[in-house]
Amino acid sequence: MGRISPKVLPGYGLSLGFTLVYVSVLVLLPLGACVATAVGMDWAEFVAAVWTPRARAAYALSFGASLIAASISTIIGLLIAWVLVRYQFPGRRLLDSLVDLPFALPTAVAGLVFSHLYSAEGWLGQFLVPLGIEAAYSRLAIVIVLVFIGFPFVVRTVQPVIQSLDAEEEEAAALLGATRWQTFRYVLLPALVPSLITGFALAVARGLGEYGSIVFVSGNMPYKTEIAPFLIVSRLEEGGGRVVEATAIATVLLAASLSLLVVINRLEAWSRKG
Amino acid sequence: MSISVVNLTKRFGRFVALNNVSLVCPTGQLVALLGPSGSGKTTLLRIIAGLEVPDSGAVYYHDDEITQRSARDRNVGFVFQHYALFRHMTVYDNVAFGLRVRKVPERQIRERVMELLRLVRLEEKAYHYPSELSGGQKQRIALIRALAPDPKVLLLDEPFGALDAKVRAELRQWLRRFHDEFHVTSIFVTHDQEEAFEVADRVVVMNHGQIEQEGTPLEVFEHPATAFVMDFLGNVNKLPVRVEGGRALLGETGTVEVPAKVFGTAENGRIDAYIRPHELDIARTPDSSNCLTGKIVHLNPAGSVVKVRVLAEDFGLMLNVDLTPERYRTLGLKPGETVFVTPKAAKVFEPDYSI
Repeated sequence: MGRISPKVLPGYGLSLGFTLVYVSVLVLLPLGACVATAVGMDWAEFVAAVWTPRARAAYALSFGASLIAASISTIIGLLIAWVLVRYQFPGRRLLDSLVDLPFALPTAVAGLVFSHLYSAEGWLGQFLVPLGIEAAYSRLAIVIVLVFIGFPFVVRTVQPVIQSLDAEEEEAAALLGATRWQTFRYVLLPALVPSLITGFALAVARGLGEYGSIVFVSGNMPYKTEIAPFLIVSRLEEGGGRVVEATAIATVLLAASLSLLVVINRLEAWSRKG
Repeated sequence: MSISVVNLTKRFGRFVALNNVSLVCPTGQLVALLGPSGSGKTTLLRIIAGLEVPDSGAVYYHDDEITQRSARDRNVGFVFQHYALFRHMTVYDNVAFGLRVRKVPERQIRERVMELLRLVRLEEKAYHYPSELSGGQKQRIALIRALAPDPKVLLLDEPFGALDAKVRAELRQWLRRFHDEFHVTSIFVTHDQEEAFEVADRVVVMNHGQIEQEGTPLEVFEHPATAFVMDFLGNVNKLPVRVEGGRALLGETGTVEVPAKVFGTAENGRIDAYIRPHELDIARTPDSSNCLTGKIVHLNPAGSVVKVRVLAEDFGLMLNVDLTPERYRTLGLKPGETVFVTPKAAKVFEPDYSI
């Protein structure tokens, strides 16, 4: 007779050990190496490397564009998820699968397509550019590409929650005299907020990490449309002592991304409680 | 405010949920819509609430036709079987919801909500979330939430269907007291005839999207209009009889006469006679010739009546008999014994009798 285990599934030690090794080798070790390289510099060198006007402009653009794009993705994603769950229409399944496309599409392809569409000679650009809307090789271009890449995260996190909503709660709200807006605002939205924040967080994280498509659409002009990852790459390409500077910038980016995600996770946990 | 519906028809695809239904619920009464699932009772309630639109027909509140008016403009209180409380709102906010959307000042809301919470003795739960309440508590909150904006009509869809027997019985009586206090015209849907009879002023029995009978609980129980109503309202024994000389006789060579009046069925025609369990009596000796011989197969003395199942082999019938505990003790019955069963009353539902 074996010992009686209070757990239904065995293997706690094995699975935890495996998880820790996995996380260490694939996540912590590379990150640690990055930080370790940067630590080799003294403080003044470090600041000089990471706090140049060009670097500051790049951080601001990376985080600003990611946050703006994630906000837009959240609204668009909610709308698409709602339509996919609540309405029956021909082509619904096709649309549903199309949402996943940005996950699979090499981002360089997206970058190429968008830059062509919106450039002065492009299909859309030829109308937009005369109006003063430059949606290629500009900051706007970065936001557009990040929305394209980010909104599927919102759709896929919000969709199952909309599916699980209790239609009777909406009926109850209407019967109690609530307008459609009041029903949405006070009954539906609070149920959706935690998943919206999760989707937002994923979209921000994805935006911060995005490189391939932005390189094509932004034009990479220092101070204007150069994102932080691109700055790292150009420092690396310059070689020599610049490599250390690149890792220093990477460390800053790492710390900032981590703090941002912690804040968003806290926000999400808080919203789930309410 | 009275509620009436006129010639309502509603189809879902090919399924006819309501077939030309008309009904009047007088002001201040508590009406039960009683029927098996699929009888159309919930659809009728949802049309009255404005949650469904009928294919044809009209709904009136008092004299106003409101068939096309949206649920939100009808000022009805509605209670769902599964409560439909707002999960992410506290009990207080749930009850306050109907007042807040009407922009009632927060002070008045507070008074009203606390008053209602006191009424259902759940003040201490005001700042709890619905998930922390028991089923009975949730349903009480759902009810006061519906009543908070002072509706002229209260509709309840199987309000006690998800609760256990004891809580059901409590809430039933409590709903009746509540209704007597508020005097809101109320309609509630149930498939439980006991519940309908105990609570309602009027009972409307529905089947296959039509109304089989309506009346006071006593009228409906004592004078069922159709075989369906007879069958649906509690236990009943269904005996196939043969008509001979205006008498209903049991069995092929039958000598046992069922005491039911037969007019419309042709000589030697076949028809079903319905006898309630308490309309059968058991004796140890064949007192009259008019009795069935049978063997006791099951006895259930637990309860206010003693339920006896008797197999009458000569007729191939299983009979349910209800005895008073006194009668049961006098007879001293045991399973397996042979007894004699006499029908004291019976009812037949003949095809429309025309001269």
